[in-house]
Amino acid sequence: MDHLDRLEAQSIYILREAYKKFGRLGMLWSIGKDSTVMLWLAKKAFFGHCPFPFIHVDTAYKIPEMIAYRDKMAKEYNIELIVHKNEDALQAGMGPEQGRLICCKALKTDGLQQVVANHEFEGLILGIRRDEEGSRSKERVFSERNKDSEWNYTNQPPELWDQFKTDFPKGNHIRVHPILHWNEIDIWSYIGREKIPLIDLYYAKDGKRYRSLGCAPCTGKIESTAATVEEIIEELKNTKISERAGRAQDQEDSYAMQKLRKDGYM
Amino acid sequence: MKNNREIFNIVVVGHVDHGKSTVIGRLLYDTKSLTEGAIERVKRISKEKGKPFEYAYLLDAFEEEQKQGITIDTTQLQFHTAKRDYVIIDAPGHKEFLKNMISGAANAEAALLIIDAQEGIQEQSKRHGYILSLLGIQKVYVLVNKMDLIQYSEEKFNAIKLEMNEFLNNLHVYPLKYIPVSAFFGENLTFCSEKMAWYKGEPLLTAIDLFEKDKGLQEKPLRFPIQDVYKFDNRRIIAGRIETGSLRVGDEITISPTNKVTKIKTIEYWAERDRTERVQAPMAVGITVADEFFNQRGEVIAHSDNIPLIADVFRANIFWMGKNALIKNKEYKLKLVTQAVECEIQSINKVIDATTLGAIDDAKAVKTNDVAEVTIRTKKKICFDEFKNNQITGRFVIVDGYDVSGGGIISGLVMSARSASTFSKQAMQMVISCFDEYYYILSEGIVKRSKGKPHTFCIGDVIPSVGVTYEYPPDFDVVDIQTKLIAQIRKSKLYDIVTFAAYQYSGIPLLDSNGLVLRVDNDADFSQFIGELASFEEVGLAEFPNKWFDFAKFRQIRYLKTSKSLNIEYHI
Repeated sequence: MDHLDRLEAQSIYILREAYKKFGRLGMLWSIGKDSTVMLWLAKKAFFGHCPFPFIHVDTAYKIPEMIAYRDKMAKEYNIELIVHKNEDALQAGMGPEQGRLICCKALKTDGLQQVVANHEFEGLILGIRRDEEGSRSKERVFSERNKDSEWNYTNQPPELWDQFKTDFPKGNHIRVHPILHWNEIDIWSYIGREKIPLIDLYYAKDGKRYRSLGCAPCTGKIESTAATVEEIIEELKNTKISERAGRAQDQEDSYAMQKLRKDGYM
Repeated sequence: MKNNREIFNIVVVGHVDHGKSTVIGRLLYDTKSLTEGAIERVKRISKEKGKPFEYAYLLDAFEEEQKQGITIDTTQLQFHTAKRDYVIIDAPGHKEFLKNMISGAANAEAALLIIDAQEGIQEQSKRHGYILSLLGIQKVYVLVNKMDLIQYSEEKFNAIKLEMNEFLNNLHVYPLKYIPVSAFFGENLTFCSEKMAWYKGEPLLTAIDLFEKDKGLQEKPLRFPIQDVYKFDNRRIIAGRIETGSLRVGDEITISPTNKVTKIKTIEYWAERDRTERVQAPMAVGITVADEFFNQRGEVIAHSDNIPLIADVFRANIFWMGKNALIKNKEYKLKLVTQAVECEIQSINKVIDATTLGAIDDAKAVKTNDVAEVTIRTKKKICFDEFKNNQITGRFVIVDGYDVSGGGIISGLVMSARSASTFSKQAMQMVISCFDEYYYILSEGIVKRSKGKPHTFCIGDVIPSVGVTYEYPPDFDVVDIQTKLIAQIRKSKLYDIVTFAAYQYSGIPLLDSNGLVLRVDNDADFSQFIGELASFEEVGLAEFPNKWFDFAKFRQIRYLKTSKSLNIEYHI
């Protein structure tokens, strides 16, 4: 078994634990590379089936190609897709001009909270990784959120030997993180090895590409000529720029992500 | 490509403020493993706080951690050397965050234990050493940090080394290296320090490449706990992770604890590249079996010639992280691989002060951050191995309410009437071991005792008077000094069970319940034996067993090449 086989095996084990333990379970699918890898891992874990719905929290500001790709792939993979928008906030005029962190909170965090409440989810599978940023590096694999989706990050319960947190009061939910232990290069190596179909925004065109996908107003492209998986891996091995450097909301405050995530952000 | 590179997990532990986060931060910084964004962020925050560049902030990402200058929760960061990739796990040093230290350390293959050269060995240095031994982490380097504060003194370094070695050796933790460093100044981290020319060993970065990775999870006996059973289509797939060992299509397997026997029919897959006839630890797989038994999560699949132990009472060493103390006669949940079962603490045998290794007298409960030796009784029988034979199936967690509150490792079985053979006459029950076999295992150089399948013999039942390593006469009596009962065997059948008081010595051989022959030839001997037994039980005279018991009269020890085929339950 090589390094990718081990990462894959651990992720499949986590997905199967989540499926066994939570009656009401959903997986967040952002159309990005990480959650698309997770979708692939779910297919492997359940032998070609996807026994829970996929959720897309649509902010209405997403890069338009993402929405078209989302609907196409949902059909091809034959998955149940829940698309949710925080309509009240959008009608009240919410957008990044109100302040990036305020916008993220309303359209993503609150939008997600509404999906959890509407569907009474006990478990939500998310594709975050430890190497993305500081507060995610401190996460547990099974991480509890209270009824308001808040994360009590200074008092997390013990988690050892893959005995995950599956006991919690009604109304709370568990965020399940099956690829927490992967890094950005692992993700790309796996996409290359498994030949996983991926939205083409990641591949360079006219000297630019997206390294991380999000909402159009707050997500920048990077200078790049990497047009294949192999070229992207080579580029990443030689860069000193953070993966989320193109995500404007992260740069608003030294502790922006910690503050967003405390309130229930992904 | 990096695909076939090895990955190695190292945890950094030690007392608060001894510099764990700084060592890691400096190491990552010096090896240029950090992104500009991460460094810029720390520069900005350090400046806002009016401090010089604070390496620890690279790991202590929470605002609360940076404000207080402490690590609250564990962090995992990756970096690499020319040899392999590393996951470095930073663990908090405060006693109140011990649960987070354990959460981090439980994922590690090796540990760096950091000691402040000026402060020396402190409470958490020792407690963390103890936790490492309980987690089974044997590859340890001790880093004596802040050598700059003691003028890089070899003498003081050696004194700390001597003291720590003495403590750790009692726990069977034998550090492979002691390295003097100054993390803040980068001395002995990535290069050999000129200030400590007396140190002849490697700097840290070179030394970590010398940790050897354990191989051989797949060499151990097969343990495949069932995680779930899927029926999405016409296949009935048993899913789970192979914890140890390997299996092949066609293998005969036993599914414990019910010990149903069947064969592996197929290994299932979705992606074509995963098609295979053989799978091994630690793969997450799905199989189908030849016989469609009812299967469920928690059952353990093993090869039929080497199945796990099955019992409901066992001894364990535990560490307790719960808010409320661990007490007897309260219901907890025990989780061991995919098994989850109600349990209670039958006895608290010893609570240990992790910093002195002394026992706390008469402890009635195991308090937060204590370690203890306990006997646990589960409501249903579970499958497990002793930790020393299989770390993964020999460890468990205890859930109190909603939270994992303790962890433990299984040190051995406890004999009880429910898991042992007995002689039985209504309410009169004696636990017996006289039909056990003894073998000298050549490959291990020790004598092991192998127990047969537990069986209850009632009056009139034939007993196995001839075994592989013993041969008893047709008539003999078995004395049980625990219950003060004597069983009478006549013509190789259980004839009667009587109390000591009702027993009349008749000149036929007397055995104890382990099969040791009593050196008794007449009535007077027997009375003397009973008399000395009472004082033996009171004051524990050492000469008593040597005076009265004869092992070899009806027994011999046979030689075996390995213990592989034995159902070994005891080492002697």
